[in-house]
Amino acid sequence: MSPDEAAPAATRRSAALRPFALFGSELATLFLRRRTIAMLAALAVVPVLIAVVVRVTGAGSNGRGPAFLGSITDNGLFVGFTALVVCIPLFLPLTLGVVAGDTIAGEAALGTLRYLLVAPAGRARLLLAKYAGVAAFALAAPVVIVLAGMGIGALLFPVRPVTLLSGDTTDAAGLLARTALLACYVALSLLGLGAIGLFVSTLTTVPVGAMAATVVLAGASQILDQLPQLDWLHPWLFTHYWLGFGDLLRDPIVWDSYGQDALLQAAYLAVFGALAYARFATKDILS
Amino acid sequence: MTSAEPAAGPAGGASAILARGLTKRFGRRLAVDSVDLDVPRGSVFGFLGPNGSGKTTTIRMLLGLARPTAGQVELLGERMPRATATVLPRVGALVEGPALYPFLTARDGLSRLDAADPRSVSRTRGARVAEALERVGLTHAADKKAHAYSLGMRQRLGLAGALLRERELLVLDEPSNGLDPQGTREVRALIRRLADDGTTVFVSSHLLGEVEQLCSHVAVMRAGRLVMSGPLGELRAAGGRSAAVRTPDPDAAASVLAGLGLRPSVADGVVTADLGPGGDAHDGTEPAPESIVAALVAAGVRVRGFEVTTPSLEDRFVALTGEGFDVAG
Repeated sequence: MSPDEAAPAATRRSAALRPFALFGSELATLFLRRRTIAMLAALAVVPVLIAVVVRVTGAGSNGRGPAFLGSITDNGLFVGFTALVVCIPLFLPLTLGVVAGDTIAGEAALGTLRYLLVAPAGRARLLLAKYAGVAAFALAAPVVIVLAGMGIGALLFPVRPVTLLSGDTTDAAGLLARTALLACYVALSLLGLGAIGLFVSTLTTVPVGAMAATVVLAGASQILDQLPQLDWLHPWLFTHYWLGFGDLLRDPIVWDSYGQDALLQAAYLAVFGALAYARFATKDILS
Repeated sequence: MTSAEPAAGPAGGASAILARGLTKRFGRRLAVDSVDLDVPRGSVFGFLGPNGSGKTTTIRMLLGLARPTAGQVELLGERMPRATATVLPRVGALVEGPALYPFLTARDGLSRLDAADPRSVSRTRGARVAEALERVGLTHAADKKAHAYSLGMRQRLGLAGALLRERELLVLDEPSNGLDPQGTREVRALIRRLADDGTTVFVSSHLLGEVEQLCSHVAVMRAGRLVMSGPLGELRAAGGRSAAVRTPDPDAAASVLAGLGLRPSVADGVVTADLGPGGDAHDGTEPAPESIVAALVAAGVRVRGFEVTTPSLEDRFVALTGEGFDVAG
């Protein structure tokens, strides 16, 4: 018999699909969860810490320390940038790894994965919803850092038109636009890692393991990126363009690194998204 | 609403669950070995078996959570797992205990499950969730975070998830697990009410008493194989009734019983004989108990006691699945 013809009238009548309800539920569950809020709060503390230390010591950095650190005393708007630079190597991949590693493995560990699938959520749709949550976190994290940084910066330091790396100045509106671009750049840069985390998460029912593996991969990629002997490999590492956002602070904006980063992240997303789907679509849910 | 009329046209089919040759192998271990299941629509079907006999693995395959190594499944007349998206909204399930989001309230957790199905209407979600909570008696705790729930409350919440919508089939794995006697009674009453409304209920359980009170049909698993499947009466009757006569004249009694076509045996002044399949629909090939007593009295046998015993479901269960520690079994 043909199952397509066999769909009963009642199901067909209510067949108007609402595929986005799960996305909404996923976002709400993720961002109302205490753990997520705590991670975002921890990220917000970083610029506050930097600003307070610079303010209290009152000393310039004499060119040492992370990028933009020396500019803070001159212009509070740089606090957010400095904090982003500080967070990119460790804190951002760490928090994103927690969210991405938890996606499937976390539901499996709770046992809720089986109930989502018999609801039925559909395996592809569940993966998409989970990845949407990861992507939303990848955007939320830098936005929180930048906003907290600008807030505390404006509070503790003078705010004036910003002198860009190219020597031009931009007003508050221009700076806001560039900050938004910067946050988007960091979010974009994290998409590849998010896809890796999603894939790792389909391999296990132990969320902590998936989280750790994801974070370790981010660290390993950055280490490889430091080794000059592996020059040929560097453009293929998903962390390679993580700090390449300086181009956004020139006038006119140089889009090269944005484009290359987007291409690279898209490739990682395609490969690891496909792997995650291949794994998850046929997986026996035994937890 | 699609009511669960039996044999609802060519699409419906007469079976709520139909499995043929269902097999699952994990590495070298055969967890489920060519199981054939036929759960008639409208039945309350008890799925019995000791721990580790493959019940939950079978249920996982029925629901498309695990892929059968061999064999096929039809749920409500449609092939699984191909028809997952259209069939599962009509199936409520409790699989291997409830699973909750400890950081969500009961209400939010159920809403999330409801939202997971793209066919569920978001406008009525709140009302659906509230009704499901009401049905399992959790309304008062609906806005508590689930990590504060007791085992019984968790079980009820799991049931609420299965009852979020009008279901044609409920697959309930150990629904009374962790419930106190009142809770067990409530669950039993709930299942009975659902069954009266025409819902097919497929319930796995260790609690034989519960199955005996609830189910119209049973299937028994043992070490991955189905050892028996059919109406409850058939399972009980297959063991046969027996009559026991307590008398100081055992030899005389035995010869009377033999004269009635029975094969009596004597031990300790008690004469026993198998009466064959029992039930009220006695087929008449064996003498009725009352005629045995009459014959004994007519022959001058002093009857001190007469008893007809039907094997309990537990006796049959153990006979089919072996004693718990029976290594040879």
